[in-house]
Amino acid sequence: MKAHVVSQSGARLPRSDFQAMRRRLTDKLATCMSWLAMLIVVSVLGSILWTLLKNGLPGLTLTLFTHSMGAPGAGGGLANAIVGSLLQTGLSILLGAPAGLLTGIFLAEYGAESKLARSVRFVSDMLLSAPSILIGLFIYMLLVEPFGHFSGFAGAAALAVMAMPIIVRTTEDMLRLVPVSMREAGIALGAPRWRVILFICVRAARGGIMTGVLLAIARVTGETAPLLFTSLGNSEWSLDMRRPMASLPVAIYQYAGSAYQDWMQQAWTGALVVTLGVLIINIVVRVGIRGGRT
Amino acid sequence: MQGKPLADAETDAAAAALSDRPIAIQVNNLDFYYGKTHALHGITLGFPERSVTGMIGPSGCGKSTLLRVLNRMYDLYPGQRATGEVLFAGQNILGNGLDMNALRSRVGMVFQKPTPFPMSIYDNIAFGIRLHERVSRSEMDGRVEDALRRVALWTEVKDRLQASATALSGGQQQRLCIARTIAVRPEVILLDEPTSALDPVSTARIEELLDELKTEFTIAIVTHNMQQAARCADQVAFFYLGELVEVDSTARMFTAPRESRTQDYITGRFG
Repeated sequence: MKAHVVSQSGARLPRSDFQAMRRRLTDKLATCMSWLAMLIVVSVLGSILWTLLKNGLPGLTLTLFTHSMGAPGAGGGLANAIVGSLLQTGLSILLGAPAGLLTGIFLAEYGAESKLARSVRFVSDMLLSAPSILIGLFIYMLLVEPFGHFSGFAGAAALAVMAMPIIVRTTEDMLRLVPVSMREAGIALGAPRWRVILFICVRAARGGIMTGVLLAIARVTGETAPLLFTSLGNSEWSLDMRRPMASLPVAIYQYAGSAYQDWMQQAWTGALVVTLGVLIINIVVRVGIRGGRT
Repeated sequence: MQGKPLADAETDAAAAALSDRPIAIQVNNLDFYYGKTHALHGITLGFPERSVTGMIGPSGCGKSTLLRVLNRMYDLYPGQRATGEVLFAGQNILGNGLDMNALRSRVGMVFQKPTPFPMSIYDNIAFGIRLHERVSRSEMDGRVEDALRRVALWTEVKDRLQASATALSGGQQQRLCIARTIAVRPEVILLDEPTSALDPVSTARIEELLDELKTEFTIAIVTHNMQQAARCADQVAFFYLGELVEVDSTARMFTAPRESRTQDYITGRFG
């Protein structure tokens, strides 16, 4: 009221004009900086994708998917590596997702702030940030050394250890976002706790939980280090997970460091295939979740 | 002061009818604690069968707390405890060894914010029924339809029973939650400010609904809205600072309360 009177008299007009201008400028500045930051991030991503496409696309032929890896100049493909990656990633998620989901449910619903839950949460978060090469070494000691040979199973186990903490964290976070009132409403109907958790809370959080599983898939699909000591890599066609097994990241690692033109080309194309694969899984599952949402 | 027989009942037919009714839930000398906080002090209150008991009072006066004792919702939270006696169906429900799920199927609850489950409209209703009974598909269809009809939601949703319940409007969601509660066939329905998140039209529909439901269920409703208590309730209980100040028939509470604190609250002098 007072300000109104003052501005009517005109005495303080210049000052409020200055204030308004300063606010407009601050607003513009903040907007510009946000845009700039966004452009930097997007251009990094764009540049990676662009380089991948430019260098990878020329090698994207049918042979890549139908032939196993071959000697330099022999015209091999990456079929065994692609299948090896699918098998090891698939098995790792089959192992890691249920364990991660159940742990996440325990932390969010049962453990809460108990001592056990706090320790489990701490260990899981440590695992989340553990160097992946260490996880590879750990599985090497556990599943490679005692058996005397590398194997696809060991590779999958290492990837599962990588995937688990991601799924634990997202599951717990998503369940915590489910409103308390939803739980109480279930309990108020006379539902036992496990039913409320499984059929109401997990259901309410399933979009976020699926995103966590996807993140885990995306993360482990591109992992090289944990596989070096576990499934090792294999240039032959093999579906036997008890034996050393090829995988795309390891093949890319091997080919990219080589001196042969055609291997380097295939490394680029392999990288493109991994990236596109993860992208496609993401899109398919996201569309699936949206379609099935009730 | 509390639950005293009405002195001039013959002048108030409604009050007389109310006092003649059998009591569905009788609370005796109830004390409630949130950890060390003493939230309810020696509450004694009867909820007459097939009538609406309105519970009013300023925020934090303990009315919602009392509601959450009646279906033992407080059990979910360690540190919350109740002493005293709550008699329901001839049993003290504060006792140990009670089948909590069975109790909650007989004493249903509707919350302040609509809480539709993340599933279809049909499954929202079926969820509660499946918990307690095994029914055939066709019987389930009938039960779902019946529950939805009774909250006047059937005509609005009958063509999209498989659609998500979260897509309904707030008022529809709240009626769905009431339908979900009565589908389990409870004896008592507790409503915790069921219309405070709704628009006036939806509120009016729910209030009408209460009038019908009380022919079959015992209803306890917590409300911040004095007019709502006056419109819906047969008996009104006024809570203040964890104490039950006064309980009487609605007509008497709003025209001639015995306590000055009740008078002050109702006329808007505080709260």
